[in-house]
Amino acid sequence: MKSWLMHHLYVMQYTVRRLRTSPLSSLLNILVIGVALSLPTGGYILLQNLQGVADKLVGAPQISVFLNMNSSQDEISRFTKQLEQHADISRVEFVSREQALQQLQQTTGLADVTGGLAQNPLPHAFIIYPKGNDIAVLESLRDELKAWPKFEHVQLDSAWVRKLEALLKFGRLAVLILAILLSFALVAITFNTIRLQILTRREEIEVSKLIGASNSFIRRPFLYFGLVQGLLGGTTAWLIITISLSLLNINLSDLVQLYASNFSLQHLSFGDSATLLVFSAYLGWLGAFLSVSQHLWQIEGA
Amino acid sequence: MISFKQVSKRYPGGYAALKNISFEVAAGEMIFLTGHSGAGKSTLLKLIAAIERPNGGTVTVNGQNIGKIKAGAVPYLRRNLGLIFQDHKLLFDRNLFDNVMLPLQIAGFDHRESAKRVRAALDKVGLLKREKAIPIALSGGEQQRLCIARAIVNRPSILLADEPTGNLDADSANAIMDIFKSFHQVGATLLISTHDENILREFKGRRLSLKQGELQS
Repeated sequence: MKSWLMHHLYVMQYTVRRLRTSPLSSLLNILVIGVALSLPTGGYILLQNLQGVADKLVGAPQISVFLNMNSSQDEISRFTKQLEQHADISRVEFVSREQALQQLQQTTGLADVTGGLAQNPLPHAFIIYPKGNDIAVLESLRDELKAWPKFEHVQLDSAWVRKLEALLKFGRLAVLILAILLSFALVAITFNTIRLQILTRREEIEVSKLIGASNSFIRRPFLYFGLVQGLLGGTTAWLIITISLSLLNINLSDLVQLYASNFSLQHLSFGDSATLLVFSAYLGWLGAFLSVSQHLWQIEGA
Repeated sequence: MISFKQVSKRYPGGYAALKNISFEVAAGEMIFLTGHSGAGKSTLLKLIAAIERPNGGTVTVNGQNIGKIKAGAVPYLRRNLGLIFQDHKLLFDRNLFDNVMLPLQIAGFDHRESAKRVRAALDKVGLLKREKAIPIALSGGEQQRLCIARAIVNRPSILLADEPTGNLDADSANAIMDIFKSFHQVGATLLISTHDENILREFKGRRLSLKQGELQS
């Protein structure tokens, strides 16, 4: 057991030494793997952030109704009753034009601008909370309300969020495809690196086999090499993503301050980071395994 | 220890390297395998080390049937054999010490115990002082002695040597044969293939003489 551990430790040291004997090509390999992995990972984290925004916005679906500017108080109370009795509507909130103006002044800090207005440009509005959130029901409700008299403009607020959701779904699929393709690339890169190493060490492999080396003994250093190279590539991808997000956040903070918001991009979570590293190490190992198995078989056949 | 029963070996293409070979080797014997090049000496040794498999008959080494041995068991068979090659098969990217260390690494020996064994093996072939040199700096005879050190470091019970003195001058060849004789004296089983008349004249031991793949009696 102890000698087994010592042997693995030795192979590990040997792997690090081999990475260092050709630092430039090792570095370039690791960089290529890092860049390849950072593309889908970056896409993933951006989608994740967009999803966060969408979740914050979506809440319960709402329908906003803006009334004609010359609707009377009587009409408003009649509409309120009719809306409250509607089968598809759970709750109705009336926002008078005065309230709307106040809210606008408070939330956006445009008091200076609105203060200079001669008269309130905002209409009365209803905010309607429908019962279900089935998009077909919501849309038919919207169309029905549009036909009511004095209803100037009816807007289904969740519509664009749903479009965003659909877009995110599309984006996730694109990222998945990208991830699969680049995973193949990573396996191919490792396969080729290991192939070159096997070719230069073919003599050593043949001699080792002649004096009693098992296949797993011969495979081991190559598998370690693939694993370590993949892991370093994964680490590089992680660094690329983390540094990029930090840079984006610095610039983003200037931008979002103008909109009086404190939105910032979320970094990779611990779980996501661990997944990235494990996955990259596994792909490196897999590339090495395929390469060394194929070439061992060739050497045995010879 | 080693037994051949009506063994034949054909290579792809139909060339028959060995035809109907039968013999037995007892533990502790020193045997000279003679014959011209192409007589089948190398093939016979390769069958013992499971580098080749027989087409007919049975080869038994240490109680194992080489024709039926599983691929996974071959490494363990070879660890009990010491193989000495005419072309040495040394690794030129590492020093003498590491060359001899290789079989022990493969067998998974403890590092400190291995270092002792490596030095003992190098000492036995007279190369201890040069353990830090690389094989390219050695003469032909020294390279062959290094190959022997690597073959014996595992303390195998059987040593197989394929033309160990093939390219060497008489003095170097004698030095190598003296090393083999000392192993024979401590009880190792040796199978040495050679066509060197001087050696055959000087050293006693059973002869197996091959001619065009057949054993001469």
